[in-house]
Amino acid sequence: MRSLTKLPPEREAALSGLYAAATGAARRRTLAGFALVAVLAVLAGLVAEVRPLIFAENIGKFTAYIRQILPPVGLDHPVADLREWYWGLSGWLALLGETLLMAYLGTLLGGLAGFVLSFAGSANLMRSRVLRLLTTRFLEICRTVPDIVFALIFVIAFGLGPMVGVLAIAIHTTGALGKLFSEVVENIDMRPVEGLSAAGATWVETVRFAVLPQVLSNFASYGLLRFEINVRGAAVLGFVGAGGIGQEFLGAIRNFYYADVSAILVLIILTVFCIDLATEQVRHRLIGPENPR
Amino acid sequence: MSAARTGNLRAEARDNLARLRGRYPAQFRVDWAARARFGLGLGVLIGLAALACWRLDVSAARILNGLGRLGSFAVLMLPPSPEGHLWTFLHALGETLGIAFLGTLTAAILAFPVAFLAARNVVSNPFAHFAVRRGLDVMRSVDVLIWALIWINVVGLGPFAGALAIACSDFGALGKLFSEAVETCDRRPSEGVVASGGSSLHRIRFGLIPGVLPVLASQVLYFFESNTRSATIIGIVGAGGIGQYLTELIRVLELQQVAFLVLMILVTVAAIDWVSTRLRRALIGPAAR
Repeated sequence: MRSLTKLPPEREAALSGLYAAATGAARRRTLAGFALVAVLAVLAGLVAEVRPLIFAENIGKFTAYIRQILPPVGLDHPVADLREWYWGLSGWLALLGETLLMAYLGTLLGGLAGFVLSFAGSANLMRSRVLRLLTTRFLEICRTVPDIVFALIFVIAFGLGPMVGVLAIAIHTTGALGKLFSEVVENIDMRPVEGLSAAGATWVETVRFAVLPQVLSNFASYGLLRFEINVRGAAVLGFVGAGGIGQEFLGAIRNFYYADVSAILVLIILTVFCIDLATEQVRHRLIGPENPR
Repeated sequence: MSAARTGNLRAEARDNLARLRGRYPAQFRVDWAARARFGLGLGVLIGLAALACWRLDVSAARILNGLGRLGSFAVLMLPPSPEGHLWTFLHALGETLGIAFLGTLTAAILAFPVAFLAARNVVSNPFAHFAVRRGLDVMRSVDVLIWALIWINVVGLGPFAGALAIACSDFGALGKLFSEAVETCDRRPSEGVVASGGSSLHRIRFGLIPGVLPVLASQVLYFFESNTRSATIIGIVGAGGIGQYLTELIRVLELQQVAFLVLMILVTVAAIDWVSTRLRRALIGPAAR
């Protein structure tokens, strides 16, 4: 093995000095970043009334709570225990079905609205600046106000029940999907559009034959992703009286029916898992393995 | 002139339709199988929607009825005004931001080491990373509001429970995203570290972390953004922040104040979005958003 050629000492000193300066600067920046985050964290902690002592004191309560909601299924007669744990299964399944339908209808309605608005909100298809700005602002408002806030207001206007959940989900979904859809539309290949307008097609015909074929699979994939999110959302919309399994769950937590809490929670988690898996399968098939996202 | 010309072209094409059909049979062929599939899909979608409408008691009459009331609400909302509670609202908004910040930070700090355990290219034992991943999945599928309800039992009502709730549910989500980032990381630096005699810890520190850190930071910022939204609603179950006031004021129909609160939320979220988009660009370059 050949020995390394040594640099002349004055050159080595200069180079190592430069190296130290460079790493020192990077290190100082990192430290400053950490310090900033730490200061912000302390401020946030003060504002958010973080009390570590109470946390340390009561962490036992958390484990105790988890222990209490653990399913009362013993090894002696597991089937009977299981049946007792899930005493309200048929009712819960009906409520769960209601939740799923809420998510479905809300996603469908919101998706349709977002579909229509996305073309009006994309820069390459909509010439009128005013209309485009109005559309994007409207979508932004729909998206930023959480669906549960819409549900709170709608419960007063429409009365209790799952319809409120559907409308709340639909409005929030309009905003979320409208934005994603118009991003897809803005990224299309414009040549088919130019071809159709050159052949004298109207705006609607252009959208139908030049834009739709390019975007439909992506739209469907985003729609499914949103459905997945909405199932989670619909499960908690019941907290404010918008129907579905959430109401039952809130009741179980508030009334300390520990076994019911875990039973419903497991049901919800399983449903969400299944929906996740199913939509992922369909999405992969829709957008193909060459474009996974 | 061009309109007249294209009109002529169209009329001409219509007149010679039969000849066109004969000349380009492939273009005019009707794909019945595809149409049947499409029709079936559409039928299923509409059928499910009809079922949903029937089961959920959605009817045009109810919607119209409610819309009328919503219209009067919209009038009552104008003009938005805090009616003297500006400082209370600002404090609540600060609380909300604090909840989001602390929650995201805690989740990120906890998720960082766990993500390496869940990454296939760090822990080669399939059972280990499978177990870690499913654990993260369970944390993630429990909604923030449910976590908040659980933590309220432990630390009492207030923003602290909210921060813990966000930390818990984001721990799952961030852990999953982080581990995916680690798995898609460039292999060559870590191979280089191993080839020059580094231990597996060296490999993680010098081969993986420099590559994934910008991605992780950008994801954390993104989550902070979305958490400011979640933190606004977490007060609905009593876990602090602006949601508490929002719920109360909606219940008592103080709609002017409600409108003011919603505007405050919109402005704050827009500001946070703007700042974090800037920061993210600085972190990972202009290509990524």
